[in-house]
Amino acid sequence: MTNPQSTQRARNEVGTPAPVSSWAVGASFLRLFAVQGSWNYETMIGNGIAFCMKPLLRGLPEERYRAALARQGRYFNAHPYLAGIAVGSLARGELDGEDPVRIDRYRTALCGPLGSVGDQLVWAGWLPLCSLMALTAFALGAGPLVVVCIFLGAYNAGHIALRAWGLRVGLRRGMRVAPALSNPLFRDGPAVLARVSAVLAGLILPLALQRIIGPGRVLAGGVAVVAVVGAVILARFGARATGWRAALALLSIFVLYSVAH
Amino acid sequence: MCKLTLESLLFAILPVSLLGAVAGLDMVSFPQIMLSRPLVSATLAGAFIGRPGAGLLIGAVLELIALETLPFGASRYAEWGSAGVVGGVVMAGQPIGAAGALPVAMFVALATAVFSSRSMVWVRNWNAHQARRLRTELDVGSPTAVDSLQLRGLTMDMIRGFSVTFIALLILFPLSRRIVAIWGVDAVHSRAVVTALAATVAAGAIWTLTHRAARAGWLFVLGLGAGTALLLLQ
Repeated sequence: MTNPQSTQRARNEVGTPAPVSSWAVGASFLRLFAVQGSWNYETMIGNGIAFCMKPLLRGLPEERYRAALARQGRYFNAHPYLAGIAVGSLARGELDGEDPVRIDRYRTALCGPLGSVGDQLVWAGWLPLCSLMALTAFALGAGPLVVVCIFLGAYNAGHIALRAWGLRVGLRRGMRVAPALSNPLFRDGPAVLARVSAVLAGLILPLALQRIIGPGRVLAGGVAVVAVVGAVILARFGARATGWRAALALLSIFVLYSVAH
Repeated sequence: MCKLTLESLLFAILPVSLLGAVAGLDMVSFPQIMLSRPLVSATLAGAFIGRPGAGLLIGAVLELIALETLPFGASRYAEWGSAGVVGGVVMAGQPIGAAGALPVAMFVALATAVFSSRSMVWVRNWNAHQARRLRTELDVGSPTAVDSLQLRGLTMDMIRGFSVTFIALLILFPLSRRIVAIWGVDAVHSRAVVTALAATVAAGAIWTLTHRAARAGWLFVLGLGAGTALLLLQ
């Protein structure tokens, strides 16, 4: 833990690298979980970035503190789990007294990579993989507690580690985080996760069908064939994220049929 | 089937709506630890009313479908937190062994997801409105305004999750019991239809997510072979 008085003195000297207390880092880390609290179509997570950065900037002189908050609250977009990189590196820039124009330029440049890298790694990779792991446990006969614990445990081990790493890297490297984003995890991770997901998806399909439908291999086989044919149709003709609406429409017809029957 | 009075319905729905609020909040605003995934929210809802196994079953079906709607940035996607809770309660609230329980629970959950997806857009527009109202203070770097905007957004999202769950259950739970009571297709075929729909959406989603990775198709076939072998050995 850093001495608060020496921290304050260091912060008051513009251009001097300012240490950040463990308390401030901890508070900022906890706030990261609410970074999307005021998400909107105009400033996206801009206000969330300022909200998370507040504990880190609190020791700055009043004028610089407010100027930094005003700057950081403007439009910003990033994957929420990688927002810690932005919070850490931008806070470091503000604490070190970087030129505001340079901070603004850097801030704008950071949006794209933090969004696309996070989307590919987490939403398209880690989340489906953890879902499939939990569904595999379900298909193999695991109970509710085990399935939920496998999903939440595996997913959040990666999730929390990524948030903590992002904030640490941002604070340590300041406005030079580009090498951290070329980490092999971000470059090769999504493809590796996709391959593991492909194996798991194949594995669970027959087992999960059996568990949901119950005994009756012929029926399960028939459902599997329908699923594969339907998936090919969806993949070929369906726009992204419309399959569940089509499922709702077909299910409505089935409900009406069953009630009328 | 026991008779549902308005009082008993409200008494049952209010606490579970709080779970819907927490799960709905988790989807985007706080803390995104995936309590909002239907596998979790439906199982918790089932456990809430004493049948976690029933909650897990509808949760697994909805999770297969949810693989398609991942929360990419500003795209509009289904909000599974409150939808999962509604599905879990409806599934677990039916008589044990009821043939129509699974399809009706899935129908109700998907219908709720349509509604909750729209409610998220409404909250996001409301957040933008609040940001405009606080613009003067935010532009001069007011720390109070920064915290206030964040807290308003979080609170409104929680109210949204609660309201969606409460309204959906208030309307759809009694309706679902009436539909299940007159359901005309046997349990095995009812489950087969539900599973075919969920597996179709899931397989399409997995294909979309994995097909760019080298050898993903072959790896899927390898897994399928292993799964089929395991099934035959059971």
